[in-house]
Amino acid sequence: MNLRPNTFAAPSRFYAMAGTLTPWFWAAALLFGLTGLYVGFAIAPTDFQQGDAYRIIFIHVPAAWMSMLIYLVLAFWAAWGWMLNARMASMYARALAPTGALFTFIALWTGALWGKPTWGTWWVWDARLTSEFILLLMYLGYIALTEAIDDPRRAANAGALLALVGVVNIPIIYFSVRWWNTLHQGATISMTAAPKMVSTMLTAMLLMTFCFWSYSFAVVFTRARAIVLEQESDNEWVKGLER
Amino acid sequence: MIGLLLAVTRRDLLMARRRRMEALLPLGFFVVAAGLFPIGVGPESQTLRQIAPGVLWVCALLAAMLSVTQMFASDHHDGSLEQMVLAPQPLVVVVAGKVLAHWLTSGIPLVLTAPLIGVLFDMRAQSIVTLTLTLLLGTPILSLLGAVGAALTLGLRSGAALMFLLVLPLTVPALIFGTGAVGAVDAGLSAQAHMSLLGALLILTLLGAPLAAAAALRISLD
Repeated sequence: MNLRPNTFAAPSRFYAMAGTLTPWFWAAALLFGLTGLYVGFAIAPTDFQQGDAYRIIFIHVPAAWMSMLIYLVLAFWAAWGWMLNARMASMYARALAPTGALFTFIALWTGALWGKPTWGTWWVWDARLTSEFILLLMYLGYIALTEAIDDPRRAANAGALLALVGVVNIPIIYFSVRWWNTLHQGATISMTAAPKMVSTMLTAMLLMTFCFWSYSFAVVFTRARAIVLEQESDNEWVKGLER
Repeated sequence: MIGLLLAVTRRDLLMARRRRMEALLPLGFFVVAAGLFPIGVGPESQTLRQIAPGVLWVCALLAAMLSVTQMFASDHHDGSLEQMVLAPQPLVVVVAGKVLAHWLTSGIPLVLTAPLIGVLFDMRAQSIVTLTLTLLLGTPILSLLGAVGAALTLGLRSGAALMFLLVLPLTVPALIFGTGAVGAVDAGLSAQAHMSLLGALLILTLLGAPLAAAAALRISLD
């Protein structure tokens, strides 16, 4: 087959490709997850200030990263689908939303579990927590809007507009909330400075990040395949699958 | 352009005047909702003074969302909205005219009533003035963002409930700066920074929201 950038824009080819790749992504998620958890919970040293409670960051931080990244990817594909009228991109954006909402929820939940022993409270209305909470609301709004509209094309385009408005608003919301109240610690990892943590901790965190990436691909591909089948059910190739 | 804008606004104002009760309902909601808080929280004037800016702002947000769902609904029902979309005149200007009419009929009454509610909450005179000014700057933002939500949820079964979920998260910055200005005045500081940011927010939404709402209308009527 001749591969071009838009080869997998055809739902039938995407369906086949995603079907082939999904088991591999599951395997990678399992592998990265098990080694990441092993390194994080068995090898990484205990923190002298926070004790063992800090270990929740191996799930918390990658989940928070994924929650923000997935929203950007969702907005990108939704906008792509809207501008170029590419059905597959729109379907992919819709498939991303529940996974993004799940990671946002996990980030908030694990954050609460971490906050109780460390800050002494489950929840504070701090800048990052509040903006993450608003991100969850925006995911829910996107899902609710796309589910409420019956016509798939209108649902995809309306969702794309909402996601784009959301992307413009995220920095405004983040900075306004940061002005309002701040307790959360600053970022520990940045691209420019040397990391302020033991390398085993960093390894565990990166392994968990790869695990979440693989998991996201596996789940989103599976969900996108289901959406393809649903929306393309009138096409010949889908009917051919049943035989 | 200006002529078209004013024509649309005048038409919507005329329709609002013919259905006076309907136009005043959001105001009624605002007064009732804000009036319930002292009963629920307790009549201590210290507490009331502290929660007043937040309560007034949140009630204004909800009242604006409540009325903005109707911005395109009746025109959608009788088909005139489709004619507006098809017309050679730019849709953005039509949307802007409708937003202006919505702000004049529902935003301005809220701004005018807010000082009275502020007195009920035992606020100091200076805080009331600041609060009213923030609402004056903030209510157009609510009408503008609400227009985007109303256009997106046009004709949907659960449109009104959906509106709240879609638009309210986007209004958080306005809420923060609006109540922040009053908080600053209460603390003896200048509210200028908050006011400037609220004004910047208004300019930004003024530039972006009509375009987004027009695009959303085209999607919804596609």
